[in-house]
Amino acid sequence: MRCTVTVTEPGSAPVAAPPPSAPSVRYGAFANFISMARAAGELVVQPRMGMCDPKQMRAGLLATKLARATTVGTITLDSFTRTGDLAAVRSALRDGVDLNGYPIVTYGPERTREMLRGICEEGFPVQIRHGSPAPKDIVATLMRAGIDATEGGPVSYCLPYSRTPLRESVLNWARSAEMLSEFRGVGVEPHLETFGGCMLGQLCPPSLLVALSVLEGMFFHQHGLRSISLSYAQQTHAGQDQEALLAMHRLAGELFTDIDWHVVVYTYMGVYPNTERGALRLLGEAAELAVRGGAARLIVKTAAEAHRIPTIAENVQALEYAANVATGTERSDIIGTPPESEIYRQASDLVHAVRELHADIGVALRMAFDRGYLDVPYCLHPDNAGRARTKLTEDGRLVWSRVGAMPIKPPRSGWATTELGSAELLAALSYVARRCDEEAAQLGTLPAAERGQVE
Amino acid sequence: MNSTNSTRVLRVLVTTVASDSHSWNLVYLQLMLEEMGHIVDNLGPCAPVDEMIARCLESRPDLVVVSSVNGHGYADGMRLISTLRSHRDLRGIPVVIGGKLGIHGTENQDHTDRLLLAGFDAVFSDGGGLRSFESFVRQLPAGAA
Repeated sequence: MRCTVTVTEPGSAPVAAPPPSAPSVRYGAFANFISMARAAGELVVQPRMGMCDPKQMRAGLLATKLARATTVGTITLDSFTRTGDLAAVRSALRDGVDLNGYPIVTYGPERTREMLRGICEEGFPVQIRHGSPAPKDIVATLMRAGIDATEGGPVSYCLPYSRTPLRESVLNWARSAEMLSEFRGVGVEPHLETFGGCMLGQLCPPSLLVALSVLEGMFFHQHGLRSISLSYAQQTHAGQDQEALLAMHRLAGELFTDIDWHVVVYTYMGVYPNTERGALRLLGEAAELAVRGGAARLIVKTAAEAHRIPTIAENVQALEYAANVATGTERSDIIGTPPESEIYRQASDLVHAVRELHADIGVALRMAFDRGYLDVPYCLHPDNAGRARTKLTEDGRLVWSRVGAMPIKPPRSGWATTELGSAELLAALSYVARRCDEEAAQLGTLPAAERGQVE
Repeated sequence: MNSTNSTRVLRVLVTTVASDSHSWNLVYLQLMLEEMGHIVDNLGPCAPVDEMIARCLESRPDLVVVSSVNGHGYADGMRLISTLRSHRDLRGIPVVIGGKLGIHGTENQDHTDRLLLAGFDAVFSDGGGLRSFESFVRQLPAGAA
C-alpha cells in the first residue's frame, strides 16, 4: 500500500501505544504484529480457515504464514463447539465425520500447542474465531494454548447465531473478556476483536454496523481489554462503505483515547459471486476499500466461497491476490469523515442513545434492544425487536426502509415506501454477486489489479 | 400477500439444525411461504432439537421445513429426524429438509437417500431445489398432521 499522503486518523496511532500503567506488560503477538505492519504501511490479510484435522489445520496455518503477503493466521472453530455441543464433537470425531472447523475445546490446549509448534514463533500470530454466545471454555482453552487473540461480542455472537437470551450472552461475554484480560498477569496484553460490524453478513445498513462495532468495543474496554479491533463488513456500495469506515475511525477516535485499536474490514459476507472472476473482483474491491478506508487488516474470501469450504491453496491465492491489490491502491487523503456524513451522524446518535441508558455498557445494550433503540433488520432472535427493514437504492446503496424505535432521523428524501418481498429479498441478497459476475464477464479479462501484478 | 388458494392455508414451522447459524435462508422461506398464503412460525437459527420438538407438540404444524447451509445439515438432520419421529404424535407431520447439507458439495445423493430413509418426506438440494419445494408445498393438504 503506497502512502502518498500521511493520513492521521484521530486515535489510530501508527504504532500501538504502550500498555498503560504496567511497564512489564508487552503487547501480545497479534496486537504487536498489526501495529508493526501498520507502521510499515502494510495491510494485514487474514483467511477465515478452520480445519477439523490438526495436521491440516497446521498445514493451513503454515501456508498462510508462507504466503507472499503480510498475514496473520486464523483458527476457525467448528459449529458444534460454537454451540457448546461437545458430545456432538466427540461423536463426530469417533465416527470420522468431518467437522466444519477446529474443535479446540475437545482437542485441548496441549494438542493445540503441539499443532502450533514452530508456527507461532518469530511473531506469527494466530486468532481464534468461533461465534459463541458462551465462550468461557473456548477462551480458557485458547489462553492455555498460548493464543492471545480472539473475536466476537455479546451482541454480534448472540443475536444472529443463537437463541441464547441477550442477558446471558452479555454476562458470558463480560466474564470471558475479563478472563482474557488476565493474560496481563503473565505480561501479555491480549487482543479482542468485535464482530459487531458484521451483523447478519448483509443488508444491515452501515450506520448500525459502525454503532454496534463501537459499542461492543466499549463493552470490551469496560471489561478490561486495552487492545481491540473494530470490524466492518463490506456491503453493497464502495462509496458508502468508505464513508462508513471514515465514520468508524472518527467515532472510535473520539471514544477510545487511551487504548490500542484498529479497524478490520471483512470481504463481503453475503451471497458470493458464482464465477472466479466475479469473486476476485469483489475481493479486489474489499482490498481497495480496506486501504482507502484506513483499515489495518482485511479478512479475505476465496473464489470457491459460493460453492464449498475452500482449500488451503485457494486461501493462499485469495491472500496473495488481496495483498497485491492493496499494494497498488493509494490511501485516501481524506482526513476524517465528510462534514455531511449521514452514516457518522446516525452511528453517533445510536451510540450516544445507548450510552445514556446505563453506565454499564452491557446493561445499556440489553435495554437498548429491549426498547428497540437497536434493532437489527431481519434478525430473527427473540430479543431483537424485528421492526427495522432495509432496501437497496437504484445505485446499490443500502438504506433503511423502516427504523422501528431506533433514534435515527429520516433522510432528506424520506423513508422508502415499499418493502422487500421474497423475490426482492432474493434479488437484494444476490445483488453484489450478480453485479460482480456481470462486470467481470463484460470486461472479458481479469481485473486490472491482477493484470498488473507481474513481479 | 398474493394467496393463491385461501382454502389451503398451512401452518408451517420453519427451522434449521441446531448448529446452523444462518438466517437468510429462513427469512426468505418465511416471506415465500407467507406470500403463498401460509402462516409461518420461524424458529430462527440454531434452534435446539428439543425446542423444535416442544414447539411441534404444542402447535402441531401442518409442515416442518428444515433449511441448513452450514455443512452439518446431514449429521444434524439425521439426529433431528430420528428424535422427531420417535414421538408417536409427530410421526404423521410432513417434515422436509433442504440446503447445503454436506461440506464437500458433491456427496449429496447418498445423503439424500439416508435422510429419506431416516424419516424426511422430501430432501431438496441446493440449486433447483426451491421450485421442487414450492411444488411440494402446493400439493400438501391442510391439516395433514
